[in-house]
Amino acid sequence: MSSTLLAPAILDELRSVVDPRGLLTARDELRTYECDGLTNFRVAPGAVALPVSTEQVQALVRICHRARIPFVARGAGTGLSGGALPTAGGLLISLARMNRILEVDLPNARVVVEPGVINQEVTAKIAHARYFYAPDPSSQSVCSIGGNVAENSGGAHCLKYGFTTTHVLALEVVLPDGSLVHIGKKTPDAPGFDLPGIFVGSEGTLGIATRITLRIVKRPECIQTLLAAFHSTNEAGAAVSGIIAAGMLPAAIELMDNLAIHAAEAAVHAHYPDCGGLLLVELDGPEAEVRALMEQVGQICRDHGAWEIRVAQTETERTLVWKGRKAAFASVGRISPNYLVQDGVIPRTMLPEVLNEIERMGAESGLRVANVFHAGDGNLHPLVLYDSRIPGQESAAMAVSEKILELCIEKGGSITGEHGVGVEKKHMMSKMFAEPDLQTMQRVRCAFDPLQLSNPAKIFPRPRLCGERAGEYKPHSVEVAGLAERF
Amino acid sequence: MDFLHGLRVVEPANEQEVSAALLCANRDGLAVIPRGGGTKLDWGNPPARAGLILSTARLNRIIEHAWADLTVTVEAGCTVADLQHALAIRGQRLALDALWPERATVGGILSVNDSGALRLTYGGLRDLIIGITLVLADGTIARSGGKVVKNVAGYDLPKLATGALGTLGVITQAIFRLHPLPRNTRTLTLDCADIDSAQALLLTLQGSNVAHTALQVRLGGSMAPKMDILLEGTDAGMEAQEARIRGLARVTLIEKGDTSIWRAREELTAGGAFSKLSVLPANIATTVSAIERTGDPEWYAVFYANGIGWLSLNAPLNELRVEVEAGGGSLFVLRRSPAQARMDTWGETGDALPLMRAIKSQFDPNGTLNPGRFAGGI
Ligand SMILES: Cc1cc2nc3c(=O)[nH]c(=O)nc-3n(C[C@H](O)[C@H](O)[C@H](O)COP(=O)(O)OP(=O)(O)OC[C@H]3O[C@@H](n4cnc5c(N)ncnc54)[C@H](O)[C@@H]3O)c2cc1C
Repeated sequence: MSSTLLAPAILDELRSVVDPRGLLTARDELRTYECDGLTNFRVAPGAVALPVSTEQVQALVRICHRARIPFVARGAGTGLSGGALPTAGGLLISLARMNRILEVDLPNARVVVEPGVINQEVTAKIAHARYFYAPDPSSQSVCSIGGNVAENSGGAHCLKYGFTTTHVLALEVVLPDGSLVHIGKKTPDAPGFDLPGIFVGSEGTLGIATRITLRIVKRPECIQTLLAAFHSTNEAGAAVSGIIAAGMLPAAIELMDNLAIHAAEAAVHAHYPDCGGLLLVELDGPEAEVRALMEQVGQICRDHGAWEIRVAQTETERTLVWKGRKAAFASVGRISPNYLVQDGVIPRTMLPEVLNEIERMGAESGLRVANVFHAGDGNLHPLVLYDSRIPGQESAAMAVSEKILELCIEKGGSITGEHGVGVEKKHMMSKMFAEPDLQTMQRVRCAFDPLQLSNPAKIFPRPRLCGERAGEYKPHSVEVAGLAERF
Repeated sequence: MDFLHGLRVVEPANEQEVSAALLCANRDGLAVIPRGGGTKLDWGNPPARAGLILSTARLNRIIEHAWADLTVTVEAGCTVADLQHALAIRGQRLALDALWPERATVGGILSVNDSGALRLTYGGLRDLIIGITLVLADGTIARSGGKVVKNVAGYDLPKLATGALGTLGVITQAIFRLHPLPRNTRTLTLDCADIDSAQALLLTLQGSNVAHTALQVRLGGSMAPKMDILLEGTDAGMEAQEARIRGLARVTLIEKGDTSIWRAREELTAGGAFSKLSVLPANIATTVSAIERTGDPEWYAVFYANGIGWLSLNAPLNELRVEVEAGGGSLFVLRRSPAQARMDTWGETGDALPLMRAIKSQFDPNGTLNPGRFAGGI
């Protein structure tokens, strides 16, 4: 099945666009690119191109467009829904070598980057001036801004600061026909449709971002992180509702169950209390404000049964607390040979009910489920643990995982809060949306990519037939003349 | 708005009726002008054609205020004030200070992407909307997003429809994330010697870790700049911040302003012609110089700390637009003076226009919805 789509002449043409090290075709080199963070889906691409400039991306995409070759953009390959899974025999375009921070404008709090820049490097670049880039996925030390843009990635602190989409002002995009567009502006509310709004979160299906203008945020005066130990996740969940009901907007509210705590402890020794439900609440802002509110958060936690409360004050203490939380997915590998990560969302108030139900589902199938999640916005990350060597466990785990998503839909939530639909949850889209909803979304797809070459076969269970581009909107001649008919 | 004079008005009672009305109009080649409270029907360019007004007046229910989840589902014809009153019962709000809330509707503010001083902290409507129901020109009823604040399933149509001036579909329902009403607020007003010192102080405050909720500069041809700062939070927090601001501003005379000052933008729009500007925060002073160069002394403006400004000025704006766009900004002529009569509302759309037209063509190939009113003749 390898490189059937890529004839030798095409490969030569692609190679002439990039430098000699910029095109990979050898079988063993391609293997690295067969999958992203969702490793149970693997497909070999026909070739991998590693462009270093917008012009090279354009030239590559033009070749694909002319020869009708599907292409898939790839950032760091940490995606968890198969977004960067190649199309069999198609071209994979890695943006990893486009990794420069091009502009830092502190007075206006903006930064311009290439897509391959690693999330954490943005903050590193501006930390000296006490600014930071707010969206902080747990994978921030390895994932790319281009991938973040495509997935509209979130992170613990997005509760207060907003997801990636809030922080992207403008983009330079290579459209699937190879043309270049500039969408959005350095200033908000660019005339016309909110194209950055639709591009962010489109999972690589609308083109390739080659330059991104980001908003950055000033570091607050004071940051405090509270750890509260509860007997159960139910109690901890109720405390979350209490905090929200008290009218507070913490920077982050995270929750871990006992299994997740054990995994994190085993991996990074964060000195978490051994409890049934651990709540992590971070407040930031002016010092006087944070101190006053932290007292109240502590009281709310005690009222809901917290038996131990600690407040991390120093930078070192806080870093350790967050290290444990951010390592949670990976560290589950210490307590189980295999696991599936899910990414469902529910209205916050459903937390206790849904957590009980998840536990019941796990028990019923004989599997353990660890929970670590963004409790403040109801974004669950159940980790279904299994052992692939035991026959039947993998499929049982997949079944539980899917049932959890169905439960999320039933409770008025979503099948994905931040990891994207990709290939993994395509079929679930029809359970969450009606066909006209999905067809309407795909009208956007048809406008950007009528031939559906850019990351095809992702997100939508049934592609829409776009027809030819002949349908392009042409203003009526009277509109052009600016003459309104009078009635 | 004489182009709307004598047009038939349909007032559907539900989204099925909206769908049926659009289907017929689209089939019969009648251009449809959606109308909410009718406060901004003159925004945008005059329509190229107009055959029917579709009013959302009867779609005015608040469907669900899930207060414990801080979300609300509301129909498009509900006025902003009615919505805010209902939310306030539970101590919550849509954290957006819209123009003319007593008459403006949810669908209307979404379509023009209205925002005021609170945007600095809470974001614009694009950041507050989490779900939408759109009825397309061919009658398709489409939902996107949902009831949860975090959701990346499928394309983000709520954002695409926000600010689209009703050219892609009629919004019948929206879901928003909400914020608690602030416990306490405090407004500080201080005088600045001139625009350069106002500019410098604005950047100092934005680059400090004072956590003000909103900040605006008011000034005019015959009025030296005044800066208003809104604080929210605990008394202790506000006290400490006020002290910090006094230190940074190096002035002793700060009056505790009254909250009506945050409706300055609304007052500005009462005087006839007005425009909206969006410039880089550090370019506010140069923008003001450009305003002065129009030679018309009768101007008045309110700039927010995020660089979005509102300007009342009757002189021609062509040169100002050129300067603003050269600095990466935009100028929208929302209500025209006679000297501005021939100006396009929107200005430069750049190389993205063909893509915008392609989107329009996918959603509304016959040009049924608000034809010609939007950017680039869409
Ligand atoms: C341990 C771990 C923890 C994680 N934690 C979080 C978390 O807390 N929050 C969260 O949101 N996610 C999390 N993720 C998921 C993942 O890190 C994010 O989705 C991330 O944004 C992917 O970035 P990437 O550079 O690895 O992109 P990739 O995986 O390479 O690609 C992701 C998608 O982006 C597209 N793409 C990449 N670059 C471009 C471009 N320039 N233009 C257009 N499309 C492009 C690809 O085609 C693909 O569809 C985690 C993953 C791991 C492994």
